[in-house]
Amino acid sequence: MTDLDLLHTPISDLLLKHPYAKDFFTLLGLPSTSCHTTVKVFFDSLDQDHIENLGLVRDELCSRLHDFIVQMEKLKTGKAPTLQSITLCGGRNKDGHPENISLELRPGDVVSVVGPTGSGKSRLLADVECLAQGDTPSGRRVLLDGQPPDESLWLGGEQRLVAQLSQNMNFVMDVSVREFLTLHAESRLVDDIDAAVTQIFSTAVLLAGEPFTLDTPVTALSGGQSRALMIADVACLSASPIVLIDEIENAGVDRRQALDLLVKQEKIVLLATHDPLLALLGQRRLVIRNGGIADIIDTSDSERTLLRKLNSFDRKFSELRDRVRHGQRLDFDLDVFLAECLSPAEQGQLE
Amino acid sequence: MKLVTVAGPPSSGKTSVILRLAEELAKDGLRLGVIKFDCLSSEDEHRYAKAGIPVKLGLAGGLCPDHFFVANIEEGVQWGHRSGFDLLICESAGLCNRCSPHIRDVLAVCVVDNLSGVHTPAKIGPMLKTADVVVITKGDVVSQAEREVFAFRVKQVNPRAAVLPVNGLTGQGSLMVQRQLRSAPETQALEGVRLRFSMPAALCSYCLGETRIGPDCQIGNIKTMDFS
Repeated sequence: MTDLDLLHTPISDLLLKHPYAKDFFTLLGLPSTSCHTTVKVFFDSLDQDHIENLGLVRDELCSRLHDFIVQMEKLKTGKAPTLQSITLCGGRNKDGHPENISLELRPGDVVSVVGPTGSGKSRLLADVECLAQGDTPSGRRVLLDGQPPDESLWLGGEQRLVAQLSQNMNFVMDVSVREFLTLHAESRLVDDIDAAVTQIFSTAVLLAGEPFTLDTPVTALSGGQSRALMIADVACLSASPIVLIDEIENAGVDRRQALDLLVKQEKIVLLATHDPLLALLGQRRLVIRNGGIADIIDTSDSERTLLRKLNSFDRKFSELRDRVRHGQRLDFDLDVFLAECLSPAEQGQLE
Repeated sequence: MKLVTVAGPPSSGKTSVILRLAEELAKDGLRLGVIKFDCLSSEDEHRYAKAGIPVKLGLAGGLCPDHFFVANIEEGVQWGHRSGFDLLICESAGLCNRCSPHIRDVLAVCVVDNLSGVHTPAKIGPMLKTADVVVITKGDVVSQAEREVFAFRVKQVNPRAAVLPVNGLTGQGSLMVQRQLRSAPETQALEGVRLRFSMPAALCSYCLGETRIGPDCQIGNIKTMDFS
């Protein structure tokens, strides 16, 4: 549509075709009654002072509306390209030694990223996030579907490759769970907002274990409930194909189920963690040393068996936490208590 | 020399973002200088000096910081040329939301932070609406959803800008901004170049030091509210 066509379109027609354009007119202070006038009549009716106070220029209103529609179309849910693979082509470590790897990540992959503080985990994740093309200190390159990324789509920030979840993140908005999810769904230009809200909410409650309601203020959620809501929201509503998880606390949220959910939603999950319970959930571990990927370890069957045992220990530990929480004493024979969790019966139950 | 204007509300993280960018640009041998415009006082001068970046501080005092900025920027550019900079960053605090420091044909960056709330983008005027690049900081402490909603709201008021999240503490995301800076146009001089938008008007008796209240003392550019 040319700018001229746009000017002579009745606003009501425009809104029928592009419902999100309502926000453009609302920001200009459109009274709902004047929807039947054309765009031009509405623009002409605006007071000069009013336009200036909004930091706008009358002559540019039409091209701004045009850009607005173009931009929102790009952001529309479902318009984002679905990626079949992301390839990380190795660069070099801090000493300049080549990494000699080509790592392909596909939807549903879960990869742990391990290494001491300062080893270069953040650098690796930053390379992925900014779609490095040999222009970062590591010299790594990121390919999307085997090709260098389409600059117009990714480099302007319209599409973000990485959604992030970390222990430091909090909700800061003073809104209820329902309002929060509605805001997010609106910004994703979802058609059926109520359905999206209900779906995410029920998923989050399942993950959290302890129930909350749609009317609970997000800032009043417990740590586990917040994390559960964030995970469900990222899984179902975020457009980013990669989810980066920077440690998740073990209490209050079912981590196994959370990962399953992200995998089911076709996300690529990168887990930066030192927690063996979490690291072993990945199919592979990237070992970062001296700024480079030093090794890629496939999680072995014996490690998976070990993980089951570790999980049974972990459940025992939760029991201890619960006892403390409920004001009980911990005076019992620890060997007996722990032996129980490795009993053949329990082992069998786990298999 | 490339000139870049960086503006944003107080405490949005402008200086931290610039310092993270400077670290990376310096590695490539780029010579960078900063002019910091502020209102009453600023400690940021020392932060730049400590990082080894040549810096000039301008305090607007009782003047509108925007007007103070535009009266000094041409001389600043000449300082940049004399000092042999490849890149001169002009940082100014947007103390009112009507600030309008961006210049045509000069890369314009606006820094806003996630903690300022999702209604903030709609409240900021030309400083945000005419920017080429909008940097969003403090994303590390809010949820993914809040980051996405905030970025969306910025896109709504400025559909043309590249909207880029940067962590001012770690520098995560600053590479995208670096790419924008590297492709910024060259600036020889600013004489005759126009601002992108008119600055807030300032010409009334109070601009000239009047302190008494009352209609008799108000002369010049006065605007009244309707209380009927």
